[in-house]
Amino acid sequence: MTDIVQSLARIVGDAYVSDRPEEAYFYARDPGLMPPHKPDCVVVPKSVEEIQEIVRLAAREKIPVVPMGAGLALTGLVIPLRGGIVIDMKRMNRILKVDEMARHAIVEGGTSQGYLKAYLEKHHPRLRHSIPDSPATATIAANVMIHGQGRLTQQYGFNSDMICGLEVVLASGEVCRIGSGALSPDWFSKGPPLPDLTGLFLGWFGATGIITKIGVKLYPRKKMRDVEIFITDRDSLVPGMVYELTHTEMVEDINIFAQPKPMIFKDNHHITLFYTGDTEEEMEFKRKTIWHSLDRFIRSKDGGFMGVPPAMKSTLLDMPQRSVSRFADVKKGGGFEYSGPIIMVDKYPACARKILELAEKYDLGYSGMARIIGRSHAMMYGFAFTFNRADPDMMERTRQALHEVSVFALEAGGVFWKGTADEQKMAMQKMDPATRGLMGMIKKQMDPHGIMNPGNWEVTEV
Amino acid sequence: MYSLKFDINVCQTCPTGDCLVKCQYLHLDRDTAVAEMVKIGKGEDSFVLNDCVTCYACEEYCRRGNHPFYLITEQRQEKRILTAPRAITRQWINIGEPQGKYRLGEVNKRALSFGFMPEFLSWVEGRLFEDVMPSYIFGQEFFCNVVYIHFAETNIIKERLPRVIDNFRKLGVREVIFLHDECYGAFAHLAPAYGIEVPFKPIHYYEYLYRRLTELKDLIRPLNIRAAYQRPCSSRLSSDQHHFVRDIMELIGVHLVERTYQDENALCCGGILGMNYGYDLAHEVQQRNIDDMKAHGAEACIFNCPACQSTLERLVAKQGIEPMHMIHLCRKAIGEM
Ligand SMILES: Cc1cc2nc3c(=O)[nH]c(=O)nc-3n(C[C@H](O)[C@H](O)[C@H](O)COP(=O)(O)OP(=O)(O)OC[C@H]3O[C@@H](n4cnc5c(N)ncnc54)[C@H](O)[C@@H]3O)c2cc1C
Ligand code: SF4
Ligand code: SF4
Repeated sequence: MTDIVQSLARIVGDAYVSDRPEEAYFYARDPGLMPPHKPDCVVVPKSVEEIQEIVRLAAREKIPVVPMGAGLALTGLVIPLRGGIVIDMKRMNRILKVDEMARHAIVEGGTSQGYLKAYLEKHHPRLRHSIPDSPATATIAANVMIHGQGRLTQQYGFNSDMICGLEVVLASGEVCRIGSGALSPDWFSKGPPLPDLTGLFLGWFGATGIITKIGVKLYPRKKMRDVEIFITDRDSLVPGMVYELTHTEMVEDINIFAQPKPMIFKDNHHITLFYTGDTEEEMEFKRKTIWHSLDRFIRSKDGGFMGVPPAMKSTLLDMPQRSVSRFADVKKGGGFEYSGPIIMVDKYPACARKILELAEKYDLGYSGMARIIGRSHAMMYGFAFTFNRADPDMMERTRQALHEVSVFALEAGGVFWKGTADEQKMAMQKMDPATRGLMGMIKKQMDPHGIMNPGNWEVTEV
Repeated sequence: MYSLKFDINVCQTCPTGDCLVKCQYLHLDRDTAVAEMVKIGKGEDSFVLNDCVTCYACEEYCRRGNHPFYLITEQRQEKRILTAPRAITRQWINIGEPQGKYRLGEVNKRALSFGFMPEFLSWVEGRLFEDVMPSYIFGQEFFCNVVYIHFAETNIIKERLPRVIDNFRKLGVREVIFLHDECYGAFAHLAPAYGIEVPFKPIHYYEYLYRRLTELKDLIRPLNIRAAYQRPCSSRLSSDQHHFVRDIMELIGVHLVERTYQDENALCCGGILGMNYGYDLAHEVQQRNIDDMKAHGAEACIFNCPACQSTLERLVAKQGIEPMHMIHLCRKAIGEM
């Protein structure tokens, strides 16, 4: 492997390549539950050209390449399942352009969520992007790659719906632009009115190409933002409540959670809804409309708006919301993983009951949390368990619980979000064979040598 | 001894029906008021059991020794007529559940009780409190649980209060100054009325503040501001202490504006109204209340209860009225803020 390391060093410089055991240890794992697997080496490129050369080298030598952002997807997607080269994208973190009037930004493939947020707040205070609640180091391209969801998802869909172009390095080492940017200097559309080619890359977890630039749509950032929490003890009523709330078209983001701790959250389902406005009048009008939309549930005593204490409010209004990361350490030992199928909102009660059943069966700390996608078009339901990494038995119980979640999610008509390699296989087995065949054809064409994040979306293995 | 008796004969001869005639939410005439109270007293159904919004005020409006609000509450509980959405009731019951997370200062014979209001942990400091602090008590284990009257759940109070009193007993305190008048009402009146012995002397913090301000008279600089007072629902449980509002304000040179929703006629902050009945009622009451403060030229709104303050402070401040807790007002008067 030293020849390869030397070749890589020639591409990126000595300081940015390593096959030392410390690095191999670190890059062999993610913060989730998947078993580690060591890479042969790690490289941290700075430019598109360097990535092209790395991929050409890998293609020549038939060595796997695994692109990595912050490694926070938690489901083992950056673990180099067949070894090879981990391409850590973090040095490619420039914000290349912000078009205020056309409301989009073009950023490099390793740019973090936190950096774009801070940059916009400073230079373009009237603009924002759909930030997820992952730690701020999570990267924009990777989040779009896994069809993440963020603060604007209830309004505009998956974060991958909110992009306006890609630049991708293909398995051949060629670089290719997707969307209006393929023929125009202006990145205003990811596809339409052309054939939308983003589908050749997004959701493939780097198994068809490496994103080096991404156009991110930006949205108005209002001056004020507030949060309300509607609570109910009846899981079966949650879908109807969400329907009413989404009907108002006045909510920014809707998250639902149910968890046993702390005591204030015990026994209830919490529909957390955020709203924004530029004036007090706009805020009050929205608040009133939102509250009124749930009047019938208040009248029937099936739910009510709880008083949100000031400390809780400021935590909730944080972007990203740090409480999610704090949950990771509830059991001490910093273990946290969630399986988050994308599923219909009417499955909320079934999901809520399932997580209770599993937490009891496996004696685990849990939080059930959902984010509404679109106007009640779907939701991500996160079956989140927290565990102590120093407790192998607890880790094993978590693994088993998550496996049961996977089986349940498929049976309930859901689709895995950022599925593990095993879940990808389960999904492909259940998939319409013609669709699976089409995926196989695409993968074969896009990655003839099977070097792109192998172990993921491998149709041939099904 | 204080008791929660209710005698329908007293209602039957009542010339005013004040309890429900003065009620700011039901708008009844004398005859209807008396007739409905009699019905409730007999354990019969009454629309009042559905429509009362739990403002506590009729406890004070009745001057004939009856306890209309307790009766309404007991009857609701008996008939399982919910005041709040189930989830809200459940949440509040859960919040009050002891979890071993209480905090104690260096508790001696005299202590301050913060109930279960974390605000006091940072608000209580300075010379006003120097002769008691750091003897303080905070946490669910010492929480009076009276708030459950809002949810027609007096059973919870009856079940938890003896344990809470026992926790106080174990501390060996002889005198406890309560910073929330719901707690004061619980230990001064409610517990004895339920037949529970209270092994210490409860003191309302207004009485304590008044005494301390008198002792520190030389430090007082009259504040010369016009203030409105937001009276909390639970002060109706100890209306004998309400005079201290005026006494304190006079002492520190604060002009209490004589507004419409004052004293007996005070309006709810709207917190419970919003949770239990939704936007319209809470908004209408809050609007009326704040318009009244403004119309009477209040420069500040003084709160007794941190929960009322957290509900109203933003709305009050938007009208250019400074929200302030009584403790902060008093500390300001002696130059500490
Ligand atoms: C506490 C916590 C909260 C979270 N909350 C949210 C949330 O609210 N919404 C949400 O969507 N997610 C959430 N996540 C999940 C996840 O962290 C995010 O989706 C995050 O954006 C993933 O980014 P990353 O840079 O860490 O991706 P990685 O884990 O580094 O990568 C994910 C996948 O993308 C591939 N990849 C990375 N970079 C590229 C590239 N340039 N080109 C091609 N492929 C690439 C990787 O190979 C991998 O397959 C949360 C995670 C945690 C730990
Ligand atoms: S409760 Fe008091 S005020 Fe009301 S009717 Fe009876 S006696 Fe009169
Ligand atoms: S508690 Fe308040 S709302 Fe209820 S009847 Fe008495 S005065 Fe009216």
